[in-house]
Parts: sequence; C-alpha cells; structure tokens
Amino acid sequence: MMDALVPLLALLPLALLGAVLGLDTVSFPQAMLSRPLVAATLGGTLAGSPSGGLLVGAALELIALETLPFGASRYPEWGSASAVGGALFASSPTPPAGAMSLAVIAAVATAWIGGWSMVAMRQVIARIAHRSQSALEAGARGSVIGLQLKGLTADLARGFVLTLVAAAIFAPLTRASLALWTLDARVSRAIAVAIAASVAGAAAWKLFHGSMPARWAFLSGLVAGFTLLAAA
Amino acid sequence: MTAPVNVPGSPPVRITRLPLWTEAHMLLRCLAIQGSWNYETMLGNGIGFCMEPALRLLPGGTHSAAFKAALARQSKYFNAHPYLASVAVGALTRAELDGEPADKIERFRTALAGPLGSVGDRLVWAGWLPLCSLVALTVFGLGAGAFTVLVVFLGLYNVGHLALRAWGLRTGWNRGLHVAQSLGNPVLRRGPQVIAPLAALAAGFGVPLALLRIIGPGRALLGVVLAAAVLGAFAIVRLQGRIEGWRLALVAYAAAVLLAVAGR
Repeated sequence: MMDALVPLLALLPLALLGAVLGLDTVSFPQAMLSRPLVAATLGGTLAGSPSGGLLVGAALELIALETLPFGASRYPEWGSASAVGGALFASSPTPPAGAMSLAVIAAVATAWIGGWSMVAMRQVIARIAHRSQSALEAGARGSVIGLQLKGLTADLARGFVLTLVAAAIFAPLTRASLALWTLDARVSRAIAVAIAASVAGAAAWKLFHGSMPARWAFLSGLVAGFTLLAAA
Repeated sequence: MTAPVNVPGSPPVRITRLPLWTEAHMLLRCLAIQGSWNYETMLGNGIGFCMEPALRLLPGGTHSAAFKAALARQSKYFNAHPYLASVAVGALTRAELDGEPADKIERFRTALAGPLGSVGDRLVWAGWLPLCSLVALTVFGLGAGAFTVLVVFLGLYNVGHLALRAWGLRTGWNRGLHVAQSLGNPVLRRGPQVIAPLAALAAGFGVPLALLRIIGPGRALLGVVLAAAVLGAFAIVRLQGRIEGWRLALVAYAAAVLLAVAGR
C-alpha cells in the first residue's frame, strides 16, 4: 500500500502547480501563467531543470499559438498539461533521444483531456447554478458569491486531479517508451521540431494573412531571422 | 465624477467617487470574473460578483430590497471578453448607484455585451497575446535563460492585461450609461491594426531562432525541418476548419513514437 502511495506523494507538488495553472487558464487570474512557455518551465523547475522545461515549453508554445480562447469555443487546456510535459522532459539531467517527442505528446494529450474536463466542469457549474436559481433570482448575496467560489474550487480541483493522473500515467509510460526508443537523437529532435513548426506556421498564416502590412512585416522578419541564422 | 444614491423619502446622497477599498476589491474580483463561467449564464454571475462590493453602498446595504434587486439583475446571463467585462462592471455599478430605472439598465446591459466581446477578442486574444508570446519566443531564440524569458513574457503581457482591466473599471464608472463612446478609444479601435504587423515581424524573426534552439542535436537537419514545416503548415492551412493543428500534431507525434518504439 505504502509502496504505491510514495510515487503519488512525490507527484503532489506537481499536481498543486498544475491546479494553480489550470485555474489560471480561465477562472483566475488569466495572467497567462498557463501558457506553455511559463507552465512547462515551472514544471521543469519542480523537476530540477528550468532550462529543460523551457525547451519543451517553447515547442509547446509553437503548437499553442493557434489556440485563441475566443468566447465559448472549446480549446485545449495548456496550463496543467504543459507542467506535466515540462516535468517529464526535465526529470533526467541529459534528456535521451525521444524525450522531447514523448514529453510533447504527453502534454498535448493532457491538454486535450484538460479541454474536455473544462467543458464537463462548466456543465456541472451550470447544474449548480440551476439548483440555486431561485436564490440567485432573489439577489441572495451568499448564493452569488457561493456560486463563484464553488466554480473556482471546482476548477482548482480539476487541475489538481488532471495533473496527478496525467503524471502518474505518462511518467512510467515515458520511461518504458524511452527504453524501447530506436531513432537517434538528431532525427528524434528534428521530427519533434518539424511537427511543432508546422502548427506554428499554420497559426502564423491564420493570424496574419488578412493584413497586407502584417504579411510584409512577417517576410521582413523572416529575412532578418534567417540572416541572423546564417551568420550564427 | 459623482453618483447620487437615491433614497426614497430622504435627500439624495452623492458619491463623488468609489471608495478606494471598494474599487480595489472590485478590481481584484474582476480577476475572477469567469470563476463560475458556464454554458447557460456565461460570465453573468461573475458580473454580479464583481459589482457586489459597490452595491453594498446602496441605501440599506446588503439587506435592502434595492441591493437584492440590483444583484439579481446583474447576475443574469452576460457574455463579453473577460478583461473588457470590467467596463461593464464599472458602468453598470454607476447606473445602479445612480438609481437608473431597471428596464433602462437591462437594455443597456444587453447592448453592451456584444461590442465588449468583439473588441476584446480582436485586441487581446488575436493581438496582444500572440504578440507577447512571439516576443518571448524571440527572446528565447536569442539565447535568454528561463528566468528572463518568463519575466519578459509575463511582464509584457500583464502590463497590458492589468492596465486594460483597471482602465475598463475606471472608465465604466466615470462614463456610466455613456460608456459606449469610450469604446472608440484609439487603443481599442486601432490597437489590433498596430499589433498585427508587430506580431508578424516577431513571428518571422523569432520563430526560426526558436526552432534552432529547440532542435539542439538535430541542428544539422534544420534545412530539412524547415522544408517539412512549410509543407506541414500548408497541409494544416488546407485542412483549416475541419481539424485543428494541435490534433494533427498529436496524431503525427503518436505516429513518430510508434515508429521509433516499434523499430526495435
């Protein structure tokens, strides 16, 4: 019993971080702590390597560029998910071949489930609001404040459980996959980056294709960026 | 700016400004305005939650009929951009404390939601957020450490974020039912047009640098990666509307992992 509990207890700090980052996504304070660049770095920091977390965070940020949280649209929950991805990648001092692909896949899959969990939570909040309808319509102060606090608490709990479960599943899965990994480090990393860059490229097109000044600015930036790359 | 609090049978009390503590309390609550977001009332309950500290200033306080009627009215369905919803919070607070007729407040509330949603979406979600993200990726690509990248991103983004919320609350309160004119503010109106080229410049400049840093040991394959990325982006754009890029990425990563693991 205790043997099974110890790994879970070790994941508690990460789960708490995931809870806070999940809360930031929509409920409080939407300061973009939940963006992959930040969340994965914080996850990596907990695992002992902020720079490792940052590396995965940058790859995830490229994928998340297309995610614009418009109104009631459904989107992946990157906060808790990126913390998991960052911690997985940063958990070994010199990440072996395949570590980035596996960390990114764990994060994107968790973000997908996280998005679904946000939808489920919103349905639960609607049911709670429905049950309190008469009190809300009567302007009961306690009901209005209570509904808000219940929603915030539910979101915090959602992020905690999501992070805990995702880390508990993906940590052993990543270790097992790395033991079987056959591609060399260069190819593995190149594949991981090419996929992320494809999504970022499409996101850039989506954001900028409608504006002629933005198109020219993008091209100018590319020329400057590649000139610097060539010089490096 | 003053707001008269109409008390039936007694001389009107004029509030010259919201007490600092009340305003700070409201601003803090605005950060949690989406705490009970749901598909039925959206952020309606959040509006009531944010206004509640100021509604206590109504005659008779929290136990009065005026307070309860106002809180009930303001906790109904409402949808807007969460940052610019603070404009609604300020303006509706002013209308309630001014003792405007309930039907007038409700019509105003309904009319305000749409513009606050579309302006905020274009300015923040499609403008400021991608710009800050791309600037941070550029800083990362230039070799900055984790702390610097986080400070640049969070600092830059939240200067705009918090300023917008605070401006919204203050402007809403100052303008009351006439707040619609403030939505013509140059920052709101022309901001997206200015931000888009800046974000595009940062994308063009910063993304290749970020790729170079992420790729690490695969640096020798950067040319192949860039060619693959252009083809991949083209494919995702062609599929736009049918499937999101992140879903395709998940499938591609899963295929790559299977290939790498099954190769043994």
